[in-house]
Amino acid sequence: MIVDLLRFMTCGSVDDGKSTLIGRLLFETKKVYDDQLRALASDSKAFGTQGEKLDFALLVDGLQAEREQGITIDVAYRFFATDRRRLIVADTPGHEQYTRNMATAASTVDVAILLVDARKGILVQTRRHSRIARLMGIRSVVLAVNKMDLVEWSKERFETIVAEYRVFAESIGIDDVTAIPISALMGENIIAPAPDTVPWYQGPTLLGWLEHIPVRPRGTRQGFAMPVQWVSRPNADFRGFAGRISSGTVQVGDRVRVSPSGQESTIARLVGGNADLSEASQGQSVTLVLADEIDISRGDVIAAKQEPILHSSQFDADLIWMHEHHLLSGRPYLIQLHRKTAVAQITDIKYRVDINSGSHLAAKTLEMNEIGTVNLSIDRTVPFAPYQEDPGLGAFILIDRLTNETVGAGMIRHALRRDDNIHTQALTITKTERSALKMQTPRCLWFTGLSGSGKSTMANLLEQRLFAEGKHTYLLDGDNIRHGLNRDLGFTEADRVENIRRVAEVAKLMVDAGLIVLVSFISPFREDRAMARSHFDEGEFFEIFVDAPLAICEGRDTKGLYAKARRGDLKNFTGIDSPYEAPETPELHLHTDRLTPDETLHVLLASLR
Amino acid sequence: MQHLKFLESESIEIIREVAATAAKPVMLYSIGKDSSVMLHLAQKAFYPGPIPFPLMHIDTDWKFPEMISFRERMREDIGFELITYTNPRGQSEGIGPISHGSAVHTDVMKTEALKQALDHYGFDAAFGGARRDEEKSRAKERIFSFRAPGHRWDPKAQRPELWTLYNPRINPGETIRVFPLSNWTEADIWSYIAEEHIPIVPLYYAAERPVVMRNGQWIMVADDRLPLEPDEVPQMRRIRFRTLGCYPLTAGMESSATTLDEIVAEVLGATQSERQGRVIDHDGAGSMERKKQEGYF
Repeated sequence: MIVDLLRFMTCGSVDDGKSTLIGRLLFETKKVYDDQLRALASDSKAFGTQGEKLDFALLVDGLQAEREQGITIDVAYRFFATDRRRLIVADTPGHEQYTRNMATAASTVDVAILLVDARKGILVQTRRHSRIARLMGIRSVVLAVNKMDLVEWSKERFETIVAEYRVFAESIGIDDVTAIPISALMGENIIAPAPDTVPWYQGPTLLGWLEHIPVRPRGTRQGFAMPVQWVSRPNADFRGFAGRISSGTVQVGDRVRVSPSGQESTIARLVGGNADLSEASQGQSVTLVLADEIDISRGDVIAAKQEPILHSSQFDADLIWMHEHHLLSGRPYLIQLHRKTAVAQITDIKYRVDINSGSHLAAKTLEMNEIGTVNLSIDRTVPFAPYQEDPGLGAFILIDRLTNETVGAGMIRHALRRDDNIHTQALTITKTERSALKMQTPRCLWFTGLSGSGKSTMANLLEQRLFAEGKHTYLLDGDNIRHGLNRDLGFTEADRVENIRRVAEVAKLMVDAGLIVLVSFISPFREDRAMARSHFDEGEFFEIFVDAPLAICEGRDTKGLYAKARRGDLKNFTGIDSPYEAPETPELHLHTDRLTPDETLHVLLASLR
Repeated sequence: MQHLKFLESESIEIIREVAATAAKPVMLYSIGKDSSVMLHLAQKAFYPGPIPFPLMHIDTDWKFPEMISFRERMREDIGFELITYTNPRGQSEGIGPISHGSAVHTDVMKTEALKQALDHYGFDAAFGGARRDEEKSRAKERIFSFRAPGHRWDPKAQRPELWTLYNPRINPGETIRVFPLSNWTEADIWSYIAEEHIPIVPLYYAAERPVVMRNGQWIMVADDRLPLEPDEVPQMRRIRFRTLGCYPLTAGMESSATTLDEIVAEVLGATQSERQGRVIDHDGAGSMERKKQEGYF
């Protein structure tokens, strides 16, 4: 018989008996060894809550601190097996502040066991955990009504609880609920049925259910898709794309389409481990060799041609916040979406979900353990699938750029209309050809500095010189762009971010066209300049810090803006009531207070050569 | 999917992920059965290419001689890059499990040596063969386990780990330990070794070996460094090892299992846990947790 693998989780309130249940499952499936049993017996005496009897919860509550506090504070993974199946259980905390751990466990499991204390019935915690499980894509749940021995195995009590839960489960979209009356402490209906104690129950035991429930793929997508994890180029004869198949099945000879490039090819070889395969399916780690030489990198997705993967940069997503520092809208975070890493911002929090009642609340931020629906903007187009269709291509985490901590976890619902269904057209003429025709290396020269520091003056002088040398150039100046393309933007932080985003996009198109682009923008925030830089290839982006002390810039005040800002007539003016974050490692640092414009130009040209 | 195929694919994905994201990864190779499986998975992950990172063996000078000869044979057969490292301070001071006790030996020759080696070579990510089913504090370990400067493990400061989205990002001085075998059990390891014909150190198979009985455990007289008590006479017993560490710290078990199938059958029917043969795990309650916090694997 083929032994397969089922991953499940247990959830419920504090003291519902989760750890006891898992300890019991391990004990009964003979996964507790004699030496561990001896340790358990002595631990039970020292820390146990069951008097002279074995306290099975102590088998599971691992860390010392937890043992002393008597609660589980993290996710613990346990392993046991029957003849049919290997089972991995994630034991999750019931305490409210550890919701993030429950979501963590739920992200990898197939089914959930929801424990309810027969004396207490359905609690707020029960609803909360059910909602999180559902949000994470779990559709099969066992309602294990525990401590039935303490209500004299009352059929009526059991049925009341089950009826209440079924109504709730249906309302949130959990379509498969199995209810089992158990006693984790005494062992009834865990492994063996207990017809003498519970004559009115004829359903499966808990282990029986776990052994027989079919393992379904979490997503609905049928077509083949695989995010590329690693490009394998050991020698000139082999070029393979390694990854783990996130949905569907692939065979040698299949036509595939790559997202986001839109290029197509045929599967020439399928390497699995150290052998060639003719076919591979969802969950398998493989290496694909394509018939054509096309450029594919980590984070691209190879998918069935008939069912290609879309790409977009704007999304509607569910987000669980996991860090004590609350979410900041507009702040750039790193996003990991399948094997793609990029920079993302939350542009709008549409609502926060009250996880206890399910109602939608207005919110400006998300605190730790809060769940919301948000708009997400990524600094480039990325291949994706909605989480419901393919969790492997729709799940993401957000990472703080300074501390590198994981701060949020999310699931894409869908792309926002704007670039939904837009495939990138693969173009034959590339940047390389265009710039070769112009006989120049395209570049983005980004001038940043305070108002009055000399950015526009220097950019203007440089362009004149380059033009005289026969170079193809264009100068994007902050003031000019604000008269046209960015006419609709003001000076709030969010508008400034958008101002830079647009000009970076324009500059990127121009570099792609083979031009040398000069950008003269105050661009006061490091994050935004980093975002602009991320649009370009290595060595293409040249950050020039045009530096002069504030007093000198203010003294120059060529446009009279400092005077206005000092009077309070101009809000959010950089250097006065809005900060300027100086570049830490610019490609070039110009001191315009120490050199004349001509001298400065000399320095500039020398560094560009 | 068959469960070993699932575990294999998951581990390969983890190994590739480190190769794709770490600046300078290394695979810790202890020569034991778990390391043998991890090495086999690394070969599969990058086939037909070579393993794109070195292997490193922290040699305590107290490994069974058969382990060292097996290591050299594997190096020749597979052709991986191998670094061996021994704590020079421990070596010059003659630190050993017999003269200094298991706690000091493990601390200096394993934990301290590992930290020195990682710092010396500047490795930012290190694979280990630890499994969650081995020990209670391991059951909560992440697959990508973040280590603060000084290689400290803080069980309360671990990053949440969702789906297969491992967060590999670190600042200077920080490192990551990666455990591709997290979800494997001892039975899985043996079944996989049998299924894939993975070479393992002969000490895992039962054979007549010279042993003495100490504290109810069979300690092998692997070479003449083991001082014998006046009343101790080495006797030949048919034993094998279920787990391999430093030789006086790892006890053998009486067994007649000489084939992989017999070993698998024995493991499935075992009544003692695997680490029961490890003397260091009994250095007090929560000892593994404490060792982990100090930087032990």
